[in-house]
Amino acid sequence: MYITLVFLGVIMATIIWWLLRQTFNTQPWVSEAADSTVSGPSIDTSSKSVALTTFLAVATSVFALFISAYTIRMDEPDWRPLAEPALLWANTVVLILASVVYHWTRNAAVNGVQHRIRPGLTIAGALTVLFLLGQLVAWRQLLAAGYYADANVANAFFYLLTAVHGLHMLGGLWVWFSSTIKVWTGADSDSVRLSIELCTVYWHFLLLVWIVLFGMLLST
Amino acid sequence: MAYVSIADRDHEVEHHDPQTFISKYVWSQDHKVIAIQYGALAIFIGLVGMLLSSMFRLQLGFPDTFQFINPENYLQFVSTHGMIMVIYLLTALFLGGFGNYLIPLQLGSRDMVFPFMNMLSVWVYALSVLILIASFFVPGGATGAGWTLYPPQAISQGTPGVDMGIILMLLSLAVFIVAFTMGGLNYVTTVLQARCRGMTLMRMPLSIWGIFMATILGLLAFPALLVSAIMMLLDRLIGTSFFMPAMMAAGEVTDHNGGSPVLFQHLFWFFGHPEVYIVALPAFGIVSDLLSVHARKNIFGYRMMVWAIIAIGGLSFIVWAHHMYVSGMNPYFGFFFATTTLIIAVPTALKVYNWVLTLWQGNIHLRVPMLFAIAFIFTFTHGGLTGLFLGNVTIDLPLSDTYFVVAHFHMVMGVSPVLVVFGAIYHWYPKMTGRMYNETLGKWHFWLTFLGAYSLYLPMHYIGFLGVPRRYFAMGNTDFMPDSAITLNSAMTISALIIAASQLIFLYNIIVSLKKGEPSGGNPWKATSLEWLTPDTPPKHGNWGHDLPVVHRWAYDYSVPGAPDDFTPQTVPADVVPVGRDHGVDS
Repeated sequence: MYITLVFLGVIMATIIWWLLRQTFNTQPWVSEAADSTVSGPSIDTSSKSVALTTFLAVATSVFALFISAYTIRMDEPDWRPLAEPALLWANTVVLILASVVYHWTRNAAVNGVQHRIRPGLTIAGALTVLFLLGQLVAWRQLLAAGYYADANVANAFFYLLTAVHGLHMLGGLWVWFSSTIKVWTGADSDSVRLSIELCTVYWHFLLLVWIVLFGMLLST
Repeated sequence: MAYVSIADRDHEVEHHDPQTFISKYVWSQDHKVIAIQYGALAIFIGLVGMLLSSMFRLQLGFPDTFQFINPENYLQFVSTHGMIMVIYLLTALFLGGFGNYLIPLQLGSRDMVFPFMNMLSVWVYALSVLILIASFFVPGGATGAGWTLYPPQAISQGTPGVDMGIILMLLSLAVFIVAFTMGGLNYVTTVLQARCRGMTLMRMPLSIWGIFMATILGLLAFPALLVSAIMMLLDRLIGTSFFMPAMMAAGEVTDHNGGSPVLFQHLFWFFGHPEVYIVALPAFGIVSDLLSVHARKNIFGYRMMVWAIIAIGGLSFIVWAHHMYVSGMNPYFGFFFATTTLIIAVPTALKVYNWVLTLWQGNIHLRVPMLFAIAFIFTFTHGGLTGLFLGNVTIDLPLSDTYFVVAHFHMVMGVSPVLVVFGAIYHWYPKMTGRMYNETLGKWHFWLTFLGAYSLYLPMHYIGFLGVPRRYFAMGNTDFMPDSAITLNSAMTISALIIAASQLIFLYNIIVSLKKGEPSGGNPWKATSLEWLTPDTPPKHGNWGHDLPVVHRWAYDYSVPGAPDDFTPQTVPADVVPVGRDHGVDS
């Protein structure tokens, strides 16, 4: 559980640091002092950004716990590591490309470069779908080689971790789909800018998670 | 930081004025309606949980008397009772119910920031309750694995509900976590982003602080339950061995191999212990507000109370293994977890002192919410003190899995939060309905519940000291259980039935008072926080009419010297009425 504890320690330290900055010198019973300093919303950004950040903390908690469970369970004597298909390397490259293209699209949306948004979103989405298909093919390869989930828990963990990551990816694609539809039906960059910015953060996050998971799967 | 008015951010506030009966009361996006939906559903399933406890208490108090209770359904009643009370009643009621009602009203917002997601949250919660109830009606019935669902027992042949019950239980938990996450994102974002002008974090009522911190704990801790539920489902459905060791069940070797039951315990309690505080922190916050309002005094040590809530929240993540002292852990781990467990008593005790000091020299009005709030101090201190016993490894070992443990956690996270729930419902009932409840019936309800709880749980500690184990259907002929203990068990059952029956008084009171209660007016308790200052009671959609309130002081300016009344609402500027602390209230 050390990995989860480290993650939680970072989260709690962040919360406490932030609260100290917000409130440490505020005496709630002195009205004038507070009136002129901190009022209204705590963070000068959109509510959706705050919600996404909070959700990323929840998702990180899920993955940290899976990783903790993985490291605890792999110490049991029955653990037999599986040979990860080489295809995963290709999938990783595709996911990196998806993230890069999303970032490129985000820059276009922020700077109002309208003509780059349509191709950017389409390519980023297509690469993401390609990544997911690639993961499914990797599953099929493993199954064909006899690595069943009930045969050894290392196999089960592989399917579980990739599935959970893939489901998060699918959730992102749902949001991607709605902004892509908007863009193709003539919406301007302003109306989809926030959605594209937040999706970019989410894609980067899931790329990071995948690299951590892939690294862990390879090294154990 | 510059002030950003929510009015300036109108593009972020979704418009959802209800037009029809359905959109107003069923698929409502109004936080107050959602709060009442959450609350009503939680109370309904809580009553089911209470009914289950009455049935297994009948068996414990009068063994071999009631033919309809057999060992299988006894275990199903015990298991589902625990799960319902902890998760589907208390978590849902405090965060979904009071969180939804109080956050926008006490912070001066028009609604939650994501009303649609809020609506989804309550209906997904309803789905989780439905799945839970359905588990009683599938072949084999609900799970009887105990509320902790420990493997390998939970998914091994011979345990009640191993066919379908456990699957539905795990599924229901996963659905509940989805519902909670949708609600939780809303609560956190609303607290951070939608407070009215002047409402600094350190001016928020402690109810909001408790709910806010509990939500953060929930968002970080529920994933552990989700992860363990998914892995156990896979063990049960496709034969993986995450938790299931190589073993024989019902005389046959199973297909599982090498799984770690202790891994499940770690994951479960990594959620399970913060869960205690997910329930307790909102209760701490709400009880602080009730005491302050009804004692007409500012809460003692407000900033200390806030930091205690944060400290308890942080510490709650590093005490989980004190539930596992008997799992064969390394003794150094036991020492570590005993130490952190005792450390968490420090901020908790600080809160108890501050509650008592808030009462000190206050103008105490023993109205029904105040009776419940004061009773909470008793039961919580009681439960906390027995927690010191169980937090120590050497004392926990002999007491583990006895009724002493049952008595401890019922006092500390059963009776205590439920008393706060009742106090809070009576306190905010006038705001929710515009009518007063019947005071006499409320007092009957209080005394029967409070004294009933003591007469049930105090003897239970003694039974536990004798060594009577929990979860057993019948004790049979045992030497260590004297006749007096058997008689006590019968008396405890009678107390439990009296408590259960006395909740009918509560239900009658809140239902009949909807029509027959005296009109309450907008601020019957002469309280200072924003929810009492709405232009309409009950507040209409959007809460505040045309203008949002502007806050100039904290929520605890009671009995300020020089002020015209013994309460000064948060919206009164300092140049109209001086602010409390500056003018010597605490000096």
